[in-house]
Amino acid sequence: MSRIGIVTEQAPESRVAATPATVKQLTALGYEVVVESGAGARSSFPDTAYVEAGAAIVSGAEAVASEVVLKVNAPTPAEIVALTPGATFIGLLAPAFNPDLLQALAERGVTALAMDAVPRISRAQSMDVLSSMANIAGYRAVVEAAHEFGRFFTGQVTAAGKVPPAKVLVAGAGVAGLAAIGAASSLGAIVRATDPRPEVADQVKSIGGEYLKVEVAEQMQSTDGYAKATSEDYDRRAAEIYSEQAADVDIIITTALIPGRPAPKLITEADVASMRSGSVIVDMAAGQGGNVAGSVAGERVVTPNGVVILGYTDLASRLPTQASQLYGTNVVNLLKLLTPAKDGELVLDFDDVVQRSVTVAQPGAVTWPPPPVQVSAAPAASAPAPAAAPVKPAKQPMTPVKKVLLVAVGIAALFAVNAIAPAPLPQHFTVLVLSVVVGFYVIGKVAHALHTPLMSVTNAISGIIVVGAMLQITSDVLVVQVLAAVAVLLASINIFGGFAVTRRMLAMFSRGPAAAGPRAPGQAAQADRPGH
Amino acid sequence: MPETSALLTPASIAGAAYIVAALLFILSLAGLSRHETAKAGVGYGIAGMAIALVATIGVVVSDAWGTPQATLGLSLLAAAVVIGGAIGLWRARVVEMTGMPELIALLHSFVGLAAVLVGWNGALEETGMTGALLDIHHAEVFIGVFIGAVTFTGSIVAFLKLSARMKSAPLMLPGKNALNLGALVAFVVLTVWYVITPELWLLVVVTALALALGWHLVASIGGGDMPVVISMLNSYSGWAAAAAGFLLNNDLLIVTGALVGSSGAYLSYIMCKAMNRSFISVIAGGFGIAAPAASSAEEEQGEIHEITATDAAALLRDATSVIITPGYGMAVAQAQHPVADLTAKLRERGVDVRFGIHPVAGRLPGHMNVLLAEAKVPYDVVEEMDEINDDFADTTVVLVIGANDTVNPAAAEDPGSPIAGMPVLRVWEASNVIVFKRSMAAGYAGVANPLFTRDNTQMLFGDAKDRVEDILRAL
Repeated sequence: MSRIGIVTEQAPESRVAATPATVKQLTALGYEVVVESGAGARSSFPDTAYVEAGAAIVSGAEAVASEVVLKVNAPTPAEIVALTPGATFIGLLAPAFNPDLLQALAERGVTALAMDAVPRISRAQSMDVLSSMANIAGYRAVVEAAHEFGRFFTGQVTAAGKVPPAKVLVAGAGVAGLAAIGAASSLGAIVRATDPRPEVADQVKSIGGEYLKVEVAEQMQSTDGYAKATSEDYDRRAAEIYSEQAADVDIIITTALIPGRPAPKLITEADVASMRSGSVIVDMAAGQGGNVAGSVAGERVVTPNGVVILGYTDLASRLPTQASQLYGTNVVNLLKLLTPAKDGELVLDFDDVVQRSVTVAQPGAVTWPPPPVQVSAAPAASAPAPAAAPVKPAKQPMTPVKKVLLVAVGIAALFAVNAIAPAPLPQHFTVLVLSVVVGFYVIGKVAHALHTPLMSVTNAISGIIVVGAMLQITSDVLVVQVLAAVAVLLASINIFGGFAVTRRMLAMFSRGPAAAGPRAPGQAAQADRPGH
Repeated sequence: MPETSALLTPASIAGAAYIVAALLFILSLAGLSRHETAKAGVGYGIAGMAIALVATIGVVVSDAWGTPQATLGLSLLAAAVVIGGAIGLWRARVVEMTGMPELIALLHSFVGLAAVLVGWNGALEETGMTGALLDIHHAEVFIGVFIGAVTFTGSIVAFLKLSARMKSAPLMLPGKNALNLGALVAFVVLTVWYVITPELWLLVVVTALALALGWHLVASIGGGDMPVVISMLNSYSGWAAAAAGFLLNNDLLIVTGALVGSSGAYLSYIMCKAMNRSFISVIAGGFGIAAPAASSAEEEQGEIHEITATDAAALLRDATSVIITPGYGMAVAQAQHPVADLTAKLRERGVDVRFGIHPVAGRLPGHMNVLLAEAKVPYDVVEEMDEINDDFADTTVVLVIGANDTVNPAAAEDPGSPIAGMPVLRVWEASNVIVFKRSMAAGYAGVANPLFTRDNTQMLFGDAKDRVEDILRAL
C-alpha cells in the first residue's frame, strides 16, 4: 500500500491537488493519504475536513517524501530534492515548456506524470485537466470582465432609460471559449465567437453565441482534438474580422492557444485603439505570449484610450474551491486507471496510450514527447488512420482514369458479345444491360426506411421466374412437367407472399398527427383566437 | 412458335403484355423509393405481375391445347399456382414483423430453387437447336443452375442463421477464399466440358458444387452482416431469373431479373458503405477474417453503473430531449410497442423524443423502421444516423435499446478495433446514456463495447420489453 502526499502549493496558487471528497476516493483505491497542514486552506478546505475524510495531517517535509506526491503546479527545486527516488510525482508540468524540469525529475529518479499531457481521446476525458480548468477559466474570464466593465451585460428598458446589451467577442471556441460564451450569454450579452474549426459553429450556437465564419478556401480538420496553426489567407481574413469586431464590441475574450507554440496574435494595437473607452479585454493566453497586443501576463493594464486588458494567468485558481474539486477528480480518475487492482499499488502500462502520454519522465530518462495519438475518426476526406492500423490497408478510392478504363472495358466486352454472338443473344444482352442501368437508377434515392419494403417487393417481382416454369409445364416429358410444377409452386409462394407482406408493411408506415407539418401551429393559433 | 402470320396471336399479345409488365415493374421499384408513392408502387408491381401471368397462361394454354400432355400440365399449373398462392398469402399474414428477415430469406431461397428447376428442365427438354445455338443453350443451362443453386443454399443458410437455428458466427474453413475461387474455376471448367459433351452427370456435379458454394459463402459471413447478405441474395435471385430468361429466350425474365439484380446489388453497396466495409469482400463472403483478433477488447474493462427502471423514469421525466437508438435486441424482445407508448407518453409531456436509426441496425435493411412503423411511431421522428448524429451532444438522455455494435465508441476511437472506421451513432456524447441489455455479452461483431463502462452510461439489465414497461409504470 503506497502513501499519497498532498503538498501545499506556493502562493499565489490557491488550488490544492486533493479535496476531502477526492481523498475519500483515493482511500477507496487502497492508498494511504497524508495532507500537508494547511494545504487546502486557500481553497476553503480546512485540515479538519481532510481528517474527517480519512487523511492524516503531516508536515510539508513528510508529505513530499511520500511514494506518490500530488500537486497542482510543478515542483520547486527544493521540492525536487525532497522527493524520494522511485517516487511518482503528479501535477501540471507543461512538459513542452520545461525540458529542464523533466531532466531534473528524471535525474532525481522520479516518475513524473503530467496531468496536462493527457491525450484528447474520449476515454481520457475524465482526466483531462486542461478541459476542466479551461472550463473554469472561461467562466471566470467573463466574471472578471463583468467586474471591470462599467455597464450591464443584459439590455434593459427601465424607467431610467434604455440600456443596450453588452457585445462580447470570444476568440477561440475551445472548452474555455465555449464556457465563456455560455457564461456571457447567460448574463444577457450578445456573444459572437470565432474559431478556425468550422465544425464548432453548432456548438457555439447551442450555447447562445453567434459563430463568425472566416470565409477562406481552407478547411481545418483537427487530428488531435486541438486547433492547429492557420494559413496566411485565413489569417488575413481573420484579422479583418477582428478589426471590424473590435470597433463594435465592448468586451473581447481571447482563448487561442496552439499546443507547444506561442499563442497567436489576434488583436493588434490598432484594434485595441479602436475600442471604446471602458471596454475590457481578457487575454486568457497571456501566459503563453498573449493573443492581444499590449497584454502583460498576470497584470491588469489600462491603455491610453481607457481599454482595460486583463492578462491574468491564474483564472482557474481564482475559483479555487471549484478548481481544486475538478482537478482532484481528474487526478483520482488517472489514479483509478493506474491502480487497476485497487490495492494502493501504482502500476504503469506503457501499452496504454493514456498512461504512455502522461508519463513525461522516468528514473534516468525523459519520456517526452510521447508517440503521437490519433483521436478523431477523421471525416471521410482523409484515409482512415494510416500507421495505426496495419491490419487494414487504407483503401484508395478509384482514380478517374481507372474508372474510365473500367467502363471502356465493359463497353468493349458488350460490343464484342453483340458483334460475335448468334441471333437472339445480342438482343438479350442489350435488354439485360439496359435493365441493369434502369434498375440502378430507379432505386438510387431510396429512403432508408423503405429498404425492407423495397426488398420484399423486388423479391416478389423476382418470382417472375414463374413465367419460365409455366412455359415448361406443358412439355411432353413427364419429369420436366413435374419439376416445372414444383417451380411454379415455389415461385407462386414468392409472388403472393412477397406482395402481401409488402402491403402489410406499408400499411403500417404512418405520419404522426402531432407532426403533420407546419399547418399545426397555424391551426392552434386560430383556435386560440378569442371567439367572435 | 406457330402462326407467325396472324396479326393477333397469343404469342404476340404475350410479347406486348411483357413490355407493359416490365414497365410496371420499373414504376413499382421507382415508387418504392419514396414514402408518398410506396403504396402505388406495390400496386404497379401487382398489376405488372398479373399481366405477365395472364399473358403467359394464355400462351401456355393456346400452345398446349389439344396435345396429350395438356390436361396434366394445365391441371398441375392451376394446382401449383393456387397452392403456392395460398401458402404465400398465409405466411405473409401470420408472420411477425420481427420475423421479417427470416421470411424474406426463405422466399429468396424459393426463387433460387425455382431457377435450378427451370435450368434442369432446360437441359432435360429437347430443344431442336443445333450448332452454336445449342452450345450457348448448354452454357445458359449451366449458368442458370449455378446462380440458382447458390441463391438457394445461401438463402437457406441466411434463414437458418436469422432464425437462430444455426450459429451466427462466421464459419472459418482453412483457405476459404481459395475454396470460393476454386469453386468458380471448377464451374468454368465444367461449363466448357458440358458445352463440348453434354452429359447429365456434369449437370449433377455443377448443381452440387453450386449448392456447396452457396452454403459456404453465407456460412462464412457473420450474423452482423446479415442485412447486406439478404440484400445480396435478393440481387442473386434476380440474376437467376435473368439467366433463366436467356435460357428460355424470354425478355420479360431478363428485364425483371436484371432490374432486381442491379437494384439489389446497389442496395447492398449502399449498406456496405454504411458499415465501411468492402462490397467485394462481403459478397465474396470474405469479411470476418480479422474479427477473432479481439486484441483491444480487454483493454477497456472498467466499472459499469447500473440503474433501476424507476431512476430511469425520473431521468426521462426531467429530460428536455431524448433520443432512442434501437437495435436488433428491440426486435428480439418485441419491445417496439412499449417503446412506442413510452415515446407517446414523453411527447405528451413535451419531451422531444426522436429515434436515431443506424443504417445496419437489425438484421435487415430498414428493419427498425418497419418495427417502429408497426408500433405506430410517426416516421418523421425517426431519423437516420447522419441526420441525428450531431444532435447527441445536446441530448439529455439516450436510450440504447438492444443495440451494441452500432453505438460502439471503439469504432470511432480505437484504430485497432475490428470495427474501426465503421460509422456509429455517437450516443456517448449525450449527457446520459441508458443501455438496455440482457447481459454483458458482446454484440454480433464480437467486439467489446467501451460505451458500457463510460461515466455517463448506466446499464438497465433485463428483457428490454419488461424494462420499458417498468419505466412506463413508473412514469
